[in-house]
Amino acid sequence: MPTETVKGQAFLGEEEVRKVAKLARLELRTDEIIRMTAELSAIVRYVQKLGELDTTDVVPMAHVRLARTVLREDAPRAGLSHDDALAEAPRVAHDGFAVPAFVDD
Amino acid sequence: MESWLVRPISEIAAAVTRGDVSAEEIARASLAAIEHKDPSLGAFLTVSADAALAQARAVDAKRARGEKLGKLAGVPVALKDALCTRGVPTTCGSKILARGARGWHPPYDATVVTRLKEADAVLPGKCNMDEFAMGSSTENSAYFPAKNPWDRSRSPGGSSGGSAVAVAARMTAGALGSDTGGSIRQPAAFTNVVGVKPTYGRVSRFGLVAFASSLDQIGPFAVDVRGAARVLEVIAGHDPSDATSLAEPVGAYEAACGKSPRGIRIGVPEEYFAEGLEAEVSASVRTAIDDLARAGCLIRPIKLPHTAYAVATYYILATAEASSNLARFDGVRFGLRVEPPRGTLADMYGQTRDTGFGDEVKRRIMLGTYVLSAGYYDAYYLKAQRVRTLIRRDFERAFSEVDLIATPTSPVPPFRLGERVKDPLSMYLADVYTLPASLAGLPALSLPCAPTAPREDRPALPVGLQLMAAPLDEERLFTVAAAFEAVSPARSLALPPA
Repeated sequence: MPTETVKGQAFLGEEEVRKVAKLARLELRTDEIIRMTAELSAIVRYVQKLGELDTTDVVPMAHVRLARTVLREDAPRAGLSHDDALAEAPRVAHDGFAVPAFVDD
Repeated sequence: MESWLVRPISEIAAAVTRGDVSAEEIARASLAAIEHKDPSLGAFLTVSADAALAQARAVDAKRARGEKLGKLAGVPVALKDALCTRGVPTTCGSKILARGARGWHPPYDATVVTRLKEADAVLPGKCNMDEFAMGSSTENSAYFPAKNPWDRSRSPGGSSGGSAVAVAARMTAGALGSDTGGSIRQPAAFTNVVGVKPTYGRVSRFGLVAFASSLDQIGPFAVDVRGAARVLEVIAGHDPSDATSLAEPVGAYEAACGKSPRGIRIGVPEEYFAEGLEAEVSASVRTAIDDLARAGCLIRPIKLPHTAYAVATYYILATAEASSNLARFDGVRFGLRVEPPRGTLADMYGQTRDTGFGDEVKRRIMLGTYVLSAGYYDAYYLKAQRVRTLIRRDFERAFSEVDLIATPTSPVPPFRLGERVKDPLSMYLADVYTLPASLAGLPALSLPCAPTAPREDRPALPVGLQLMAAPLDEERLFTVAAAFEAVSPARSLALPPA
């Protein structure tokens, strides 16, 4: 377990923060990792307050009122034009969004 | 001409409709006020003078043709920069949406922007905000902090701080903000204006840059309750482009402002008058509740026992949703891109996001990713969803006994710039009274009550009274708010120092 427990309180270690940063696609600098480790630990310690509550039989609430997914009429309609969609692209090639070459990572 | 902007929205619209003043004159007054006042306030990120003047002239031309004008004829309304505007840059307070000096130009207008235009409003500019609406002070803006017009060394609140300041300093007559955990109500309280967070789903979010989709809601700011009611009437209602928008008919909010509050039952939850509440704020709000009793409301003590868990619940759920929503800022389709030479796609993602996002946004993306990650999902995310149910049940129980709930909007008056920004948790705790209504999806508003007394170390500062209602009961909210406004001592603090 990357989360360590000291006197019953969990905190995040630097390794774990690096792992989360990778999941979040944030290339954090070392000084950011160090600062973030302390800040996130303080926040995580605080939110553990929820552990005081017994929620065994309580249904989780994901959304306020959305009981079912609302579907619009299945009729074709105009979307964003090709030009509008590409207008803000940082780099365009072959009439599409251009990105660095990738295989898999 | 500037004097027009100290008048409430209904008077401005009536004057433009009658032809007492042209929409162009009002627009010029608003633009002049922004030019004169905003350098020391920082409320605007973009001023779209040409577009505003063109809109105003179109309103005047419509009147000249003898056509009926809309409810907001010639009324200048400022927009939080989280709202998409075709032809006008939209930054959401972030550098990641400001590629070069040009800024991101959205390919469409938000539904609320379209509705304001259809009602003949004039839109002078885009307002400063905490980056991606993450913050309670507008200090997390990637550009500059907004300042409180009542004391420029203090924060106007956030995240819709710029919108609140635009109205409080009478640069515009109205403004739109967005409220995920208090981002309309708290800045309204800090700047002595009216701010409304409608029922979740009442206003379409199509074209609002998403922060936490189960909580985000757009709402108005105005100097008076009636003005806020009118703007809400214009922007509310079903929109097929937002699957969460409600089909129920829009209420007669402005008409509700003239109704008697007699017999309306108002609950006062003891949990909102507990530790951490500044004594002067408490006294001001309790006096306001006494005034409501004198106006014929029935005051009842109530209990909302899970209030103390709202901050923890919110910061798990909102960050989890944000970490997912903000995944779209990847440098591929719009906004900033940092592309290292011979770098991979992953390098581009990572460096674009590290460069483009500010500290608070990174912190929340990290927290949200953490609480959703394998091994922690049940302990944090699912647990918070269960507590959210408990918080909602508290309100359901309360609303079986009372019609509205009255509380302070913020436990403290406006704090100093820099006072909390270095300690994220202390900033989060400033939202303790506004988060529960957000989690339960309730409509809530903040309106000015008695300011604090001036002291050696600070001038008189605004205090907000928060009123909450059951879902879709905005009308009763406006009735009671308007009744209180008529007797509110905050009127003595009506205009900030020039």
